[in-house]
Parts: sequence; structure tokens; C-alpha cells
Amino acid sequence: MDLTYSYFPGCTLKTKARDLDVYTRKTAAALGADLVEIENWQCCGGVYPLGSDEVGNKLSSVRALNDAKEHGRDLVTVCSGCFHVLKRVNDDMKNVPDIRDRANRYAQLAEPYQGETRVLHYLEVLRDAVGFDTIRKKTLHPLTGHRIGAYYGCLLLRPSAILEFDDPEDPSVIEEFLEAVGATPVKYQMRNECCGGYRSLEEPAFTNRLVGKIFADAKASGCQELVTACPLCFYNLQKYDGPDKLRVRYISEVLAQALGIDERGEVR
Amino acid sequence: MQRIGVFVCHCGSNIAATVDVAAVAEAAKNQPGVVFATDYTYMCSENGQNLIADTIREYGLTAVVVCSCSPRMHEATFRKVAQKAGLNPYMVEIANIREQCSWVHKDKEIGTPKAISLMKTAVAKVNLNVPLQEGESAVTKRALIIGGGIAGIQTALDIADAGYKVDIVEKSPSIGGRMSQLDKTFPTLDCSSCILTPKMTEVAQHENITLYTYSEVENVSGFVGDFTVEIRRKARYVHEDICTGCGLCMTKCPSKKAKNEFNRGLNTRTAIYTPFAQAIPNVPVIDTEACIHFRTGKCGLCAKNCAVQAIDYEQKDEIITQKYGAIVVATGFDLIDLKPFGEYAYNLSPDVVSSLELERILNAAGPTSGHLQRMSDHRQPKEMVFIQCVGSRCEDDRRGKPYCSKICCMYTAKQAMLIKDHYPDVNIHVFYIDVRTPGKAFDEFYRRAVEDYGVDYIKGQVGKVTPQADGTLLVHGVDLLDQKVVEINADMVVLAAAVEPNPDIRKLATMLTLSIDNNNFLNEAHPKLRPVEAATAGVFMSGVVQGPRDIPETVAQAGAAAIKVVGLLAKDKLKTNPCVAYVDELYCNGCSACQNVCPYGAISYTQKEIRDHGVREMRRVAQVNPALCKGCGACSVACPSGAMNLKGFSNRQIMAEVDTILCQ
Amino acid sequence: MTKEEANIREEVLLISGCDVSRCMKCGKCSASCPAYDEFDIKPHQFASYIARGDMNALMQSKTIWNCLGCFACVERCPRDVRPGRLIDGVRQAAMRRRGGSHLQPEDIPSRIDPDTPQQLLMSVLRRERK
Repeated sequence: MDLTYSYFPGCTLKTKARDLDVYTRKTAAALGADLVEIENWQCCGGVYPLGSDEVGNKLSSVRALNDAKEHGRDLVTVCSGCFHVLKRVNDDMKNVPDIRDRANRYAQLAEPYQGETRVLHYLEVLRDAVGFDTIRKKTLHPLTGHRIGAYYGCLLLRPSAILEFDDPEDPSVIEEFLEAVGATPVKYQMRNECCGGYRSLEEPAFTNRLVGKIFADAKASGCQELVTACPLCFYNLQKYDGPDKLRVRYISEVLAQALGIDERGEVR
Repeated sequence: MQRIGVFVCHCGSNIAATVDVAAVAEAAKNQPGVVFATDYTYMCSENGQNLIADTIREYGLTAVVVCSCSPRMHEATFRKVAQKAGLNPYMVEIANIREQCSWVHKDKEIGTPKAISLMKTAVAKVNLNVPLQEGESAVTKRALIIGGGIAGIQTALDIADAGYKVDIVEKSPSIGGRMSQLDKTFPTLDCSSCILTPKMTEVAQHENITLYTYSEVENVSGFVGDFTVEIRRKARYVHEDICTGCGLCMTKCPSKKAKNEFNRGLNTRTAIYTPFAQAIPNVPVIDTEACIHFRTGKCGLCAKNCAVQAIDYEQKDEIITQKYGAIVVATGFDLIDLKPFGEYAYNLSPDVVSSLELERILNAAGPTSGHLQRMSDHRQPKEMVFIQCVGSRCEDDRRGKPYCSKICCMYTAKQAMLIKDHYPDVNIHVFYIDVRTPGKAFDEFYRRAVEDYGVDYIKGQVGKVTPQADGTLLVHGVDLLDQKVVEINADMVVLAAAVEPNPDIRKLATMLTLSIDNNNFLNEAHPKLRPVEAATAGVFMSGVVQGPRDIPETVAQAGAAAIKVVGLLAKDKLKTNPCVAYVDELYCNGCSACQNVCPYGAISYTQKEIRDHGVREMRRVAQVNPALCKGCGACSVACPSGAMNLKGFSNRQIMAEVDTILCQ
Repeated sequence: MTKEEANIREEVLLISGCDVSRCMKCGKCSASCPAYDEFDIKPHQFASYIARGDMNALMQSKTIWNCLGCFACVERCPRDVRPGRLIDGVRQAAMRRRGGSHLQPEDIPSRIDPDTPQQLLMSVLRRERK
């Protein structure tokens, strides 16, 4: 199977979430997948523009999607925010004629873009292309005994009719991933509840309360640490100041640990 | 040339308000073959009918066109009128100027020309009509009931009591259905099995009823009065005629870990089992997936311990073929899958249960012997939350159903009161969207739960159920009337899951050519006037297979279906529809296109000597069995050479109608 | 309903693409909302406010700025009303009309720290500034 993908890192992964980016690339390489960064990609905008009449804010995503199409590749991203925006814009381009027509008029592409590209989250590549069994076999340092909870948040899951990522009320892909790297995944009910998202800028006390409920449930369910794929969730969870706080890591970091890969991509 | 009379109906103002009926009659007079045309207020009235009959005689009419409502309403009426006046009934054509014209248009500007156009097409067609003769077919005096729940049981008893033979085919090892799983019934709180088991016993002992349990309908052919049905009797591995029902085999069986379906998987059963103590027949079956003998070839304890040698590991499925005059579909329902409702933690906690699981927990023969207990730690709950409309009234077809399941409001009130009766210290909260309790003594029943038992009804829904470290379930919801978040630490949560028709109905509907709606409920021949008849003649329906309903409604419908069956079986002969396909053998090239599209298996092929332009040769040509043909016309469309035609709807007739519309 | 409110309503229905007549007032959205207590007008009320044309109240509500955009209400709505899109539609109508923004640029520096991710700043800018 050809495991070459167009890769959209996103702004945060170039700065504050460098770990997420670096470990994604290194682990992908170790697993035989080639993530080719799109040239001159632009920020996806962070939030999907909900207005049915908004086109301008979707154009950066359209360009990235079209670039992948021109290279004949699937588009992979690991940031939950980028995944959410790219996948929903792609759905618009495929299924909403008005947005498709107007976006194409603005974008002036060689050929009109009509949602041909498949948008994948890195987890989907790991599950469906690489295979969790391969990861299981290549795991040098299994996380045996680590009771880890997946924190999904919102952006990967909802709205499920468009994102088609996992069961929005009882997701399991990260748990399957954790199981593959030898950890003991712990399902807790609040793993798909919102961390407060961008409201932490204005109302940190409020988002702190929401995160507190998530940590409390995770801890009560037996989690020793949490993993996430979202830099914003990561930030809000990290900033939590309260009794039930657990360690939080990115999924790619956990994968790198299991595969024995350090920051330079060398196997230890 | 025909001598045609055209009769234009006003239908009061139904037609006359948007169609200039006099103008339609006037326009008819210029049409080829028309010798008489008039309009009248109600053509279906006695005076209207007499008008048609008198005109037929007076003008010597050979054909009649009635411009009126849909042929579904009064085609039969006008055909009878023609017949009485000495005309072949198939020389009558209806132009539907009501449903397809006056009702869908707002003014005469559009309505009148369209009505005229419809009239002209009918005249063009009737010019080519030829008299058709109805045939006759015999009626097999035996009925088949598919499904042995309360709907099937009651239908069978009513038919059998009228003196006709009835067979019941039931998929599971015992009759009884969902009702046998219920503890009590609303609004009278009778013990469900106490009122059901006498009926089950009556079925077993009735001289006119034959029971095929652990059996499924495999194939159906034929038509009203003369169905041929193949029934697969799955191997029980226990001979029904030898087994005494002593139950020793079950006590000796060492494989005890199979999921107990009757208790909704809340506990386990042995590999050789009867689903419940009062099972009819009281003959066990062997679950081969759980049986040690079938998996490893060892064990054999049941056979060794059977005093009458009823156990037979070599038993095979058996197909029996039987003829029936009528078939009743009573395949019932199940609850929807609750897995997609992850927010209620149904997958995560054994203390979140469906309403039917609670029914088993409350039942003395259930997994907790009737004691109200949490399935996790067998503690008696103190706080309970009921959530209504789980998957009902839900447009998201990945999770739920758009309809109201109808029975949940009542059974929730019932379950709440039963619990409060035995455990007065339990607090019960019910999250509801609307409480819907129409029915005799129904609202009073629900009010009793509120007023006499203090059940806490909360207008609102639950967003999340989160299992807590102390074993409770944190129920997070809102009270819309108080506009407040409600958080309850519950010990148990009960989900009132939507009902859905048994999924087997899809396969059955294909076999019986039944029409089903988007939710897999059976469609009636007419939703108001023929509520127990399917669109396929000779097939009837009973129970939840048609739509959500409770036990008294099901029993009433079972009686209605039974009387329809009895009315059919009481006849010795049935008139057959003469509008069937026929082959012009000269044109047939034996390509099989018609045979491939025929849904009724009415077309076969034969080698026949054909004289074509003086040349004699053997050709493969189609032939139609008029007894099987339903006159759907698929063959006449599929035929590439125009050899297939439908009597009463020949290609020439249809083209004449099309030409009339196009040539205006 | 004033003429202006009628205009706003039309705009909100267009932006959101929602059909408020489908709402059956079950309250699943409000029960699913993590920010329910931060709202003056609750998610389940949006459909009826819009149906009535009570748009001024919605435009001035705290709700439109406090909504997290987590889509829990959208995901769980059994009638496909998608209250989150209604709330967002009103927010956009308010921003487009007011010509201003909820959060001012000068408010931001004091609120960020060295770890604040770009994703957060972009989201806030996109949602709260014209």
C-alpha cells in the first residue's frame, strides 16, 4: 500500500504544539508512512465558519484540499482543530453547490475543486493504513500497566454526520490505539465533553470548572494520565488548577515512546 | 366503433368548484365514439347510478366513461352499475378529475382544461377496450399465522373457534412473544403471564390449531385463497412427540453460560433450554453454539439422562409444504439498539437498563427473582431515573425513529407504581418530553403515579449519565419548567427505548410482496377503511407489525384480522382479476426479459410450433399463468418486441392515452 | 416583531440554515449544554424566540458570546434543529450589524500567556471580531 500523504500541520503545531508535529512526523516515518507537507499552506482559521453564506474564511482550507488533490493524495492532519475545519469545508465543497461555486470563483484553481480529497486524521492513518497490529508489533517499549484515558473533546467527533470519525457518544479509536502500544485504556464517560475551548481566554474560571469535571471523572474511573490530539484541549487541560489534575500528553508523544523514537527520530 | 356515454360528476363542490363540469361534458360530445355526455351532482348516488344505467339501455351504449374521483373509490361501484344494465363491467373507464385535478388546482382556468384532457384520454382508451371475463379459483380452507405473540395467538384462536384450520409459525422455541416477558400490564396491573398462559394453553389444545415453533417461513408462492408455503422446522435436537417435558436434561446440562435471551441477556441459561417455565410447547431445544457436544463431540449428558430417549443430535432441519387460503402477519416488535445512545452510559454501566430489562428484573421468574436490584452489585436502588422517548420522536435515523412509540408513557407509570408499591422508600424521577396517555382509564393511571405515589415527573431531558466512583450514576438533565439544571445521583437509570418492527419483516415482506413504510411497519390496503388488510390480497396483519400499539388494541385488531380471514375462508370460490398479462406468440422471441422482471413467478417458457408467414418452426415462447399474474404490467414494459400485453391495459390502449395528451 | 427584527430573523435563518419549526421543546440541547448556567437565554429557547421574532432579546443575550461551539446540542438534537447553529447565526447577525466586536484588541495581551496556542487566538478572532 502506498502510504504517501499530503500533510497539513497547522499553525499551532509549528509553535506551541511542536511536540505534536515532531512526533507525528517521526512516528509516521518509523511506520513507513510518508507525510509530505503542503507547500505554502495557510491557517485553516481555527474554527469552522458556520455561516451558510461564508466563503472567504474557507478558502485557505480549499487551497490545501486542492493541493492534495493535485498530488493525488489523501490529506492528513493531526490537529483536531484543523481536522474539523478541513473536513467540514471539504463536505461543503462536495455537497453544498452554492459554497462550491463561489469558492471556486474566488480560488481560481486550474480545475474546479469539488471535494475530491479524502481528509484523514493521523489516528485514522494509524488504524486503517498502518494498522494497529503493525504498531503492536513495532512497539519496543510497551506502556504496560499505564492506565491512560483518551480525551477526545468536541472537534474530532461532532457533528458526526459530517466528521464520520467515530461514535460521537462512545468513541473508541484512541482506546484501541492505546491498547496497541501496550497501555491499559480506561474509558470514562466525560471524554467527549467540551473543555471550554476558546472561552478560556475570557473566562478561565469557567473553563477551569469544565476541565475539573473531566479530570474528576477520569480520575474516579481510574485514569493515571490523559492523551489528546488537540492543542487547545491540551492547553486548557494543562492550565487546570485543581485537585484531580492528571498528566496530559499528545497521542503522538505516547506513540513515539512506545516505538522508542526520540525527538531526532532516532530509535533508542 | 364504440357507442360511448360520458358522465361527469360534480362531487358537490369537490370537483365543480375548480372544474367547469358542464364544459367537460360539452367537450366530450365531440370525441370519437361519444354518443351521450352529461354532468350530475353526485354520480355515485342512487340517482346518479340510475342515470348511467338508464342511458346505457336507452342509447345502447357499448362503453362508459365516468369523470369522477379516483378509481380506488368508485370504480367497483360503476362497474356494477354497467353490469346490471347489461354491459361488460370492464367496458367502464374512470377519468380521475378529483384527486388528480380539482383537488390539486385552485381555479377553473387550469382545472377545466386538465379535466377535459383527462376525459379525452379515457375516451381514447375505452374506444379500444374489449369485454373481459373474470375467472374463478378455489379457496384452501386453512389459515397461516406468522408470529406466536399475543397478536398471533388471538388471531389463531378466533379463526379456529370459527371452525377453520389454523397453523402458527413461531421463530422462537415457544409461543408467547413479548407479552410473556412483561411482569404486569397497564392500566389494570393484571399479571401478564396469568392472563396470557391460559390462551397459550388453549392454542396448544385447540383441535383446529397446529403449532410450528422454532420454525420460520422459508418461501411463499401462490395467491389469495391458494398460497403454497414452505416452512422450515429448525432442528430442535429433541423430538417433540417423545419429550415429556420433565426438564431433567436442563438440570443436568453442564454448559450454563449461554446468554438468556428471554431475560434480555441479564443472566445465563443452559445450552439445552426452554425459554421460560410456562413455555408452549414444553419441549427444550439445544443451542448448538453453546452445547459442548456440538462443539467438541463430548458430553452428551442430556441424552444419557433422558428417560424417553427424546434427544437426537442427528436431527436435521425439515421443510414442510402446506397450502393456505389466507396468511396473517403478526411478527411483532423489539426495542431499538441502545448502543448509539452513549450519553446514557448504557454500554458502560450495567445499572443503566432498558425498560424491557427492568420488566424482567421486576418479574419473579427474572434474573433477580423479582427483587428490584442493580445488576452490578445486587444492591436495592434508592434513587431511580426514568428517561422517556429514548429514540422515539427522533429524526436522526442513525439513532432513533421518527414516531412516538405510544406504549412507553403508560408502562413507565406502571413500572414506577409497581416499584413504589413494593419499595416505598425508592425515589423515582421521570424525565419526559410530553406525557401521552389517551385511552380508557389511562390518564387517571398516570395521575395516580404522580398524586398517590409521588413519582417526580420532570419536563425535560437528560444530557449525560456519568458513572461515579461510589457506584452511583450522575444524571445531568434540565427541568425546562424551572429553567434549571437537575443533577441526580441515581442508583439505576431506565431507558424507555423506542419500539421497532421485528427486522424479519423485511424478508417476509419480499416473500409476500407486502408494502412496508420507511420504518418497516406494514402498510395497510387503506389506512382508515381497510386497516387489517395488506395490499396483497389474502394477507392480513395483526399487532405491532403495523404500528406501535398496546395489548388491548392488539387483541382487538387480532379479532378484526380473524373475521377478515373467516370471511375469505367461508367462500368456496373467488373471482379472479381478468386484467392479466398475455403473450402474442408471433412476436415473442423467447428472450426471458419478462420472466426476469416478473415478481410473481407467473411467466414460464415452452417450445411451441409457430406459423410465421407460412413458415412453420419450433420456437421458445413465453406463457403466462393467469392464476399467478397480478397484472402489474412489468413484463409488458420489459418486453423488447411488444409481445407482452396486459389485458385492460394493452400497449395500444396506453399509447392511445399518451397520444391524446400529446396531440392537444 | 419590528421590521428590523423581521430582517434579522430572516438573516439568522439564512446564515444558520435551520428550520425552527422542527423543534419539539424536548430540552435535549439544554440538557447537553456545558455552558447552560452561563446563558441567560437557554439553547432550547432559541427556536421559539426566533419563531416569534423576538430577535432583539437574542441579539442582546449573553448566550451568543458564551456558547462554546462544542456542537453537543447539534449532535444530540433529535429533530435536527441544530440549536448551536441558531446561536451562532444570531452571534454573526449581531457582529455584522453592530459593526464592532465583542472582544477588543487591547483586551487580549493581558489575557495570554506563553503557552497560549495559536488555535485559541485564531478561534477568538474569528468568532468575536469582525
